[in-house]
Amino acid sequence: MLKLDEMQKKLLEEVADLHAVPEGAYNIRSNGKSIGRSSSAHIHITSKEDGSGIVVQIDPETKKESVHIPVVMTQTGLKEVVYNDFYIGKDADVVIVAGCGIDNCGNQDAQHDGIHRFFVDPGAKVKYVEKHYGSGEGKGKRILNPVTEVFLSENAYMEMEMVQIKGVDDTNRKTVAKLDAGSKLVVRERLMTHDEQNAVSTYDVVMDGAGSSADVVSRSVARDRSFQKFDAKLVGNAECSGHTECDSIIMDEGRILAVPGLEANHVDAALVHEAAIGKIAGEQIIKLMTLGLTESEAEEQIIKGFLN
Amino acid sequence: MIELEHVSFEVNDEKEGKEIIHDVSFKIPDGQLIVITGPNGGGKSTLAKLIAGIEKPTSGKIWMDGKDITGWSVTERARAGIAYAFQQPVRFKGIRVLDLIRLAKGEKLAVSDACVYLSSVGLCARDYVNREVNASLSGGELKRIEIATVLAREGHLSIFDEPEAGIDLWSFKNLISVFEEMRQRIKDRSILIISHQERILNIADQIVVLRAGRLDAAGPKDEILPTLIGTSSASPDCRFQAPSGGETEC
Repeated sequence: MLKLDEMQKKLLEEVADLHAVPEGAYNIRSNGKSIGRSSSAHIHITSKEDGSGIVVQIDPETKKESVHIPVVMTQTGLKEVVYNDFYIGKDADVVIVAGCGIDNCGNQDAQHDGIHRFFVDPGAKVKYVEKHYGSGEGKGKRILNPVTEVFLSENAYMEMEMVQIKGVDDTNRKTVAKLDAGSKLVVRERLMTHDEQNAVSTYDVVMDGAGSSADVVSRSVARDRSFQKFDAKLVGNAECSGHTECDSIIMDEGRILAVPGLEANHVDAALVHEAAIGKIAGEQIIKLMTLGLTESEAEEQIIKGFLN
Repeated sequence: MIELEHVSFEVNDEKEGKEIIHDVSFKIPDGQLIVITGPNGGGKSTLAKLIAGIEKPTSGKIWMDGKDITGWSVTERARAGIAYAFQQPVRFKGIRVLDLIRLAKGEKLAVSDACVYLSSVGLCARDYVNREVNASLSGGELKRIEIATVLAREGHLSIFDEPEAGIDLWSFKNLISVFEEMRQRIKDRSILIISHQERILNIADQIVVLRAGRLDAAGPKDEILPTLIGTSSASPDCRFQAPSGGETEC
């Protein structure tokens, strides 16, 4: 029976909404090693032979099942790179919940770099949720540098929900995707940085197949003296449609750089980008104040709504 | 009761100060529906903002049940029971209609209770309750939601700044019945509407006419309204944008 301490439980709750050991397939990694694993009838989790990570194999036609692979770190000074591969079988329909929570109470940096590759077979549908969270009073930084590579076969669909709301000092997220005919990628990124945090998010989505589409949307809030860079590039090599959007609220002395990029290499590639950065509108605050909220409560409410 | 005592409001227009409201005094007694009318640019909306605390008077006092609230913030006045419907409602990304009504009510209302307020402004609640208060809503829908939030507040004083602006004919007729119903169960509360629509003036207990920032006339409806008929302060031909793009009359 898997035993978790209080901090592990708290981190798991933050990054994977888990209050207990999950049902179905899971792999829980804590301070550099797997502390609990379970495969299900249709979802098989195995370690890579070289020990660098895990392989998650999802059988064709697996429907309405989920797999949780959260990572928690509570050891200051620990730095790790993990390579996880996901093979999603034809016509499967699954939810994959990843995420990393770091509690660093020490003075050395704690860093987790998860390199995830998704091979999504024809017709399969995946919802991927990745949450990042940091806590701890130590001077050591909490650093997360995820790399996600997505390969969508014909008519495959993948929705990615990427959330980082609190406590991660430094993150450099890279997402690369290649889309075959009829496939679709949807990304919803929600990000809030505070204090001196730094967050870079880079997307490079290549639509190679006819009828493929991508919709990459980021909503973010930069507070205090934090910095964010959103760099989203869509490439259309066939008849396809792509949309990227960066919608940001800037506060205090925060800074945001949005670099949308579109590359159309086919006459029927329809690509759109939108980017808007601005502070909270004064009239929004006043409206909520007329409902009885204080100025700071109004601000929090607006941010909460915006990021939800 | 709300009382304005010699209220003036000045804004700095480049180097010179420009007075928008000049020495205005009047009372809003409990249990009454007051309509403020007057020509455009006469300071009606500014006066409403002064009462809600969004603007602060340059001189004069505002009293609420004997307390001087002149220095109170928007939040303090809201908590004391002043509700305010914006002429141009604000949009919020990510905040749902339900969230806004709950915030207005100040408690975690059940969905069915929130729906009552939406239904009373003619919106099919089920279709709207989970929608975001964002650019996907039309001006008319947004206006009705704005009015619903003020209904939810059940304020001591409910202020509506040109509630008819930007809504269609059907909604306008519906709006009149919303105000009539509010008027019926007003008891110790009061309603202040900024409008120059004759139909709204017609349901007032008292009318205040503001012209060029000055109080031009104030008194019972039966006294004031006949003097306004045929002027821009009591517009009978409320023209509304028809779906075809033309205008329709009520």
